[in-house]
Amino acid sequence: MGNFDKKLERFWEVFIEHGGYVKVLTGLQNTVWIAVAGLAIGILIGTLIAVVRVMPKTNRLTKSLEGLCVFYVGLFRGTPIVVQLLVAYYVALPLMGINIPALQVCVIVFGLNSAAYVSEIMRSGILSVDPGQMEAGRALGLNYRVTMMKIVIPQAVKNIVPTLGNEFISLIKETSVVSFVGAADLYVAFNYIGSNNYEFMVPYLVMALIYIVLVAVAALIVRQLERSLRKSDRRH
Amino acid sequence: MIDVINLRKAYGSTEVLKGITTTIRQGEKIAIIGPSGSGKSTFLRCLNRMEEPTSGSILFEGRDITDRKADIDEHRRQMGMVFQHFNLFNNKTVLENIMLAPVYLGLRDLRRLKRRNRLVRLRNLFHGEKLPLHPIETSKARIREEARENALRLLKRIGLEDKANAYPSTLSGGQKQRIAIVRALAMNPKVMLFDEPTSALDPEMVGEVLDLIRQLADEGMTMVIVTHEMGFAREVATRVLFMDGGNILEDDTPERIFTNPRHPRTREFLSKVL
Repeated sequence: MGNFDKKLERFWEVFIEHGGYVKVLTGLQNTVWIAVAGLAIGILIGTLIAVVRVMPKTNRLTKSLEGLCVFYVGLFRGTPIVVQLLVAYYVALPLMGINIPALQVCVIVFGLNSAAYVSEIMRSGILSVDPGQMEAGRALGLNYRVTMMKIVIPQAVKNIVPTLGNEFISLIKETSVVSFVGAADLYVAFNYIGSNNYEFMVPYLVMALIYIVLVAVAALIVRQLERSLRKSDRRH
Repeated sequence: MIDVINLRKAYGSTEVLKGITTTIRQGEKIAIIGPSGSGKSTFLRCLNRMEEPTSGSILFEGRDITDRKADIDEHRRQMGMVFQHFNLFNNKTVLENIMLAPVYLGLRDLRRLKRRNRLVRLRNLFHGEKLPLHPIETSKARIREEARENALRLLKRIGLEDKANAYPSTLSGGQKQRIAIVRALAMNPKVMLFDEPTSALDPEMVGEVLDLIRQLADEGMTMVIVTHEMGFAREVATRVLFMDGGNILEDDTPERIFTNPRHPRTREFLSKVL
């Protein structure tokens, strides 16, 4: 293993002395930022889509909105995220004459992509809430929107926290493709360290470890959240 | 108070209500009995449009609530409803369950009043003759406090004030149903609709729920109860409707329905359940 020690030494050299750790920290920050902000956007838009899809279809407006949502979900679930990133960064935004940094493009694309998945998760969550809850709210004279916001969605969210946690973990891992449009994530950082002396073994190993730790931390947070939300299930 | 005129309800091609016509007067306690699938729950749910009638009309204090333009939420506030499965809000404590609707409506009315006053002030800027502002005698804190006091008073009435901060999942069926009843009462409804209020309860808890409904009846509340508790219907109701196959077959006083039913179907049904 003498060879490996040497590789480790070289890695350490670049990591500390050539400022590799700064890149890694930036990459880590960007990775987490894209995943967290992407999920936030995803939850926001996804919930809206889910509500539109479970709404009673009484008139043309709600029907066409539903059609739009189905199209949206089909579009974002039907193409790989890399393709979406490339199309957004090199096709859609330039055509619209908009010039924004790659990192923000990533946040938006990951948000829009995640919205498609979250909408399906949220929809199943809403459908899992006893219809009697909506009936009780309506029978008290609360309108559809208020009953949805105050009664149904909070219960739906509680039911889907574990699944949303899964989505968050997928997002963290999927961010590893953002270098396709030039955003600096963990891959970019470790690739930089590796190409410094053409030793890729240790950098990529460390990168894998960081992803594992990141996902483990995310899973822990989700579990804590789940536990605190379960409080209303038993408390005297 | 409520006039039901030729009410029909169909799901696809199956007709569940085949032209119901009846009148419910103030202070009446009406029990609806009949075999399952006879349309009694559907009829009850049409009264506050939890089910959309296919045709016919329902007049509540002279206003047609089946009219598409009718403010259905406003109507429902005047008609409390109690469900077979209680339907307490699982994500809210007992107190929040009772306070939610009154507080929401109070705050909404306050917002509307303030908005109207802003318009009046704007108008007054440009007119010589000033219009008076709408008087606002309440505040957000006061609305919450009043709703809270009322909720606690209602809980005290049913002896569950110690459960104010408990979540529904920790309560027994009888407790849940009694809370569901006072939750409806917190809106000061003019009519109470009960949809098989004791059918999902353990036998030992039926009594406490029926006692509360009986108290309300004694206080003069107008109520419509779909029930399988024949003894209770006989004792509390001022009128009994027997429904079968989407029609009201018999509409009479409890004495006559239970001792001397005229319709053979009623006789057959009662002989099975009594």
